[in-house]
Amino acid sequence: MRSFLYQRATDPDMAVQALSADAAANNPLTQATAQPLAGGTTLIDLMKLDVMRPAAIVDINPLAGGWSAIEPGGENLRLGALAKMSDVAAHDEIQRNYPVIANSLKLAASAQLRNMATLGGNVMQRTRCSYFRDVSYENCNKRNPGSGCAAMDGVNRMHAVLGVSDQCIATYPGDFAQALIALDATVEITGKSGSRSMPFSELHKAPGNSPDIETTLQPGELISVFVVTGRWPRSVYLKARDRQSYEFALSSAAIALDVRDGTIRDARVALGGVATVPWRAREAEALLKGQKFDDGLAQRAADAAFADARGRRHNSFKIALGKRVMARALQQAVTMEI
Amino acid sequence: MTAAAPEPKANMGQPVPRYDARSKVTGRATYGSDMPLANPAYAFLVTSAIAKGRIDNFDLDDARAVRGVIDIVTHENAPKLKESKLFSNGGYAGTTIQPLKSPDIAHDGQIIAVVIAESYEAAREAANRVKVGYTIATPSATFDSPGTTTAAAKGQNSQFKEDPKVGDFAKAFEGAEIQLTASYDTPTQHHNPMELFSTSCAWIGDDLVIYEPSQYVHGLKNGVAEQLGIDADKVRVVNPYVGGGFGSRGSMTPRTAIIAGIARRLNRPIKLVPTRDQGFTITTHRAETRHEIKLGARRDGKLVALRHEGAEVSSRPDAYCVGGTKTTTRLYACPNVDSLVSIVRADRNTPGFMRSPPEVPYLFALESAMDELAVKLNMDPVELRRINDTTTEPIGGKPYTSRSLMACFDEAGKAFGWAQRSRQPKSMAEGDWLIGYGCAATCYPTQMGPAAARVRLQRDGRTRVEIAGHEIGTGAYTVIAQTAAERLGVPLERVAVFIGDSDLPPAPVAGGSNSTASTCSAVMMVCDQIRQRLFKAVMPSDSLTEKAKETVGISQAPSTQAAKSDRPLDIEKAFDALGVGVVEEYGEWKPEGAPLDSFRAMHSGHVRLVGGHQMKDKIAYAFGAEFVEVRVNRFTHEIRCPRLVGAFAAGRIMNPRTARSQLMGGLIWGMSSALLEATEIDERSARYVNDNLADYLVPVNADVPGVEVILLSEQDDHINPAGAKGLGELANVGTNAAICNALYHATGQRIRKLPVRLENIEV
Repeated sequence: MRSFLYQRATDPDMAVQALSADAAANNPLTQATAQPLAGGTTLIDLMKLDVMRPAAIVDINPLAGGWSAIEPGGENLRLGALAKMSDVAAHDEIQRNYPVIANSLKLAASAQLRNMATLGGNVMQRTRCSYFRDVSYENCNKRNPGSGCAAMDGVNRMHAVLGVSDQCIATYPGDFAQALIALDATVEITGKSGSRSMPFSELHKAPGNSPDIETTLQPGELISVFVVTGRWPRSVYLKARDRQSYEFALSSAAIALDVRDGTIRDARVALGGVATVPWRAREAEALLKGQKFDDGLAQRAADAAFADARGRRHNSFKIALGKRVMARALQQAVTMEI
Repeated sequence: MTAAAPEPKANMGQPVPRYDARSKVTGRATYGSDMPLANPAYAFLVTSAIAKGRIDNFDLDDARAVRGVIDIVTHENAPKLKESKLFSNGGYAGTTIQPLKSPDIAHDGQIIAVVIAESYEAAREAANRVKVGYTIATPSATFDSPGTTTAAAKGQNSQFKEDPKVGDFAKAFEGAEIQLTASYDTPTQHHNPMELFSTSCAWIGDDLVIYEPSQYVHGLKNGVAEQLGIDADKVRVVNPYVGGGFGSRGSMTPRTAIIAGIARRLNRPIKLVPTRDQGFTITTHRAETRHEIKLGARRDGKLVALRHEGAEVSSRPDAYCVGGTKTTTRLYACPNVDSLVSIVRADRNTPGFMRSPPEVPYLFALESAMDELAVKLNMDPVELRRINDTTTEPIGGKPYTSRSLMACFDEAGKAFGWAQRSRQPKSMAEGDWLIGYGCAATCYPTQMGPAAARVRLQRDGRTRVEIAGHEIGTGAYTVIAQTAAERLGVPLERVAVFIGDSDLPPAPVAGGSNSTASTCSAVMMVCDQIRQRLFKAVMPSDSLTEKAKETVGISQAPSTQAAKSDRPLDIEKAFDALGVGVVEEYGEWKPEGAPLDSFRAMHSGHVRLVGGHQMKDKIAYAFGAEFVEVRVNRFTHEIRCPRLVGAFAAGRIMNPRTARSQLMGGLIWGMSSALLEATEIDERSARYVNDNLADYLVPVNADVPGVEVILLSEQDDHINPAGAKGLGELANVGTNAAICNALYHATGQRIRKLPVRLENIEV
């Protein structure tokens, strides 16, 4: 870890100001010299590993008073960006009306991490690609733009098959983001010029030719709230992984359905562990809508979701696995008692 | 009695709580890097980012600019150190690749610089700022990599003298009614003990004190002295507690003498705490192995031919190998046996001992093959073992001192519910999960080494036991205290035990599961010396002395038996008769068949373990049987292991609580070595990729919901005075095969390569 300046922001303006200090430098957010600190469960790790070298840390935990609300009561569900994963996962109404959210959080990380980590930090967590996290590997387009990708022909069992480019195949590692994608959530952002909101699905950027740019957030911008419209009791999160707990997904599926009289009126499908960004399977959704559910339909939807998947030496299995996980999650969502 | 403290059966000690339990759970136990140093400087390692080549230049300007940096040591200015031979070759070292000697790089993560600073943080930051220019050569990573060389182990490794064989394998296999040929692979693994590989060195004049987690303080002391070119009596290694070892701390690593040398030059204590990922390359590892097994059998299951060929990866300079054929060729009755072990040299660090080094990979192959043979024979795999059970090993025809293998199978099978297994693969399921039952045998050689002890008894019964054993989490303090208390007839709470210090009388390396047998036998002997002195004092008549000797002399019987038949000793009366306040005895014990130079070697930090198949007219092993239930999700193919049941017989069980704990940990290790643990190698660069505990998977509690350990009563009067067989490395053997055997039962698919991942399952 390198020496850094520690600042504590007591209100959003102060946080935004401190984080925008070097906006003129035109750095992508991941390279910004000032980084926000919430739970610290990713940032501190990456600083110890010398992957991130911020000159300043802006502790935004004092904003928790206004930014950690869990409000499932009204028309919309509002979740503050500084709410702890564990608090949201344990919330009765979340469990009842948004099981995909509760389970995506409960199946992530460990109890200790969930107690520390915030929702905003969770969606911003960076890839677990071993080559990205080890600075002794020179070739990483995410860390050193233009240096190449060591994972492409290296050990890539954990890497992505969807949304990949020739520059990067690093997997987006989180779980909760898939739930937000499936629920078509909106994210509210606080920045220098006030607040803005956008669909959560527009937050993350596929690597393309610039894997170092991971989101559409600018330096000085902070996520303040996630908003979900409506209630989604018929929703599931299914996660396949190497061990029973405390492990990232090899493949996961977040499903939210509106089924009436045996017909799928609305279907939302998001995939995790297999893609470079939280992945929405729109082709699959289109196939499902308006149909009566059967196993054949689930299979066709899964095939559609992975039609463009590209496997490499160690991760090709994720294509077949991802289809089975998605089809099984659809079955579970259709048959669940609500 | 609770599950954690099982009721002792015949020939078992009491399940007393751990001697060090309170100090450990309250955080009072001090580990190496906890030891206070006066005005220390902090070291941080820089390790190589290439596996083969040379360093062209360092750019240290940025690093030196970090406030608090004192010095940066590279091959250009490192203290000159003498070389040490390999541990298994009569030396002390785990590798003969000596870093900081030249610009050459021989493996990934080799130490190439040491930053010394006023704080850990400054040293680490500066290390991150060191820039290195390399000339990179193409390395050979592992099996099948271009540029590796392969040769038979025999003739290049002094510990591997012979490929065991007997009869005419080729002919017998050719003519066998049933033949099986199968190949198996096991991966690279790393020990990952919780305590990092720290080293603190402090000089007081010409005397050096080293605080370092070590499994062999006398070896490390002598090894470091040799490298520094100083008298071994000038070096003291202290580690009252060690946060796990698993073999990784048995031999000396290059870091210790380097830190000691820098501390001498700087004239200041230095503390080094390497990172978890550096631990993957600055110490040893379990090498990846390959096996081919050929079994020939009669239709009734009797083995007529067995061949085991193994290959192991080692470094360029060191011919390290584990050669587990010494065990697999002797486990079952078979008249025609052949074997061959080869070593493949690659651009890697030298591998080393990791918990049951030979047995984990080699029994995976044999115990998987036995299951495959049982399938071919349409026979219960337990019955196949029963048919081929033996009381003499087939290579030399020597009798096992005791062997409770089938009793273990029967006990564990009963507890597990093996009878409820339906024979056909893919025939058991529950909900989304296919269920499989599998089993395998385990065994581990009973080994002992020369050990010395000093025991002091006071008039009020207070007892002080000193022996340079090691508390690596196994319960060494506890069983040594129990042994002294029993032997002297004093209350357990009166016994104080001092271990983990090379100023104490030497004990062997805490490896090869010899510690309990060796240290307790030595402590028993010295306690008996004290008893004899006291008896002589109260019963001066010759005839009575002889009688006393008969009952309390250096008995070959287990201590409880001797203790029970002894008349109680009135310590106060004896002290009065002797006219002293304290009785102190020192003694050196060596096992039957120990070489002539045993005690000389013991004092110079060389290990002389005897036992296993190397005994003259007998062979000594501990045995066990393990049953596992696996579940395979038919949709995700996830593999889980809800139940592990093992039954074990290991001679006298000194303490059922600590024994159970070790065996339970072993079962979990065994499961882990089948389903989770593997160090991934980038074949292009011969570098480790998942060198951290997030990516190198070990089980979490949710992975091991059901672990049951059954201790069998067994008495063996032919091994050592303590009557104990080592069991620390018994339970993690064979579990890997049991898992794959259960996976076959669950899915109908035979998997011969570890670890098994969900992508290897086709259902």
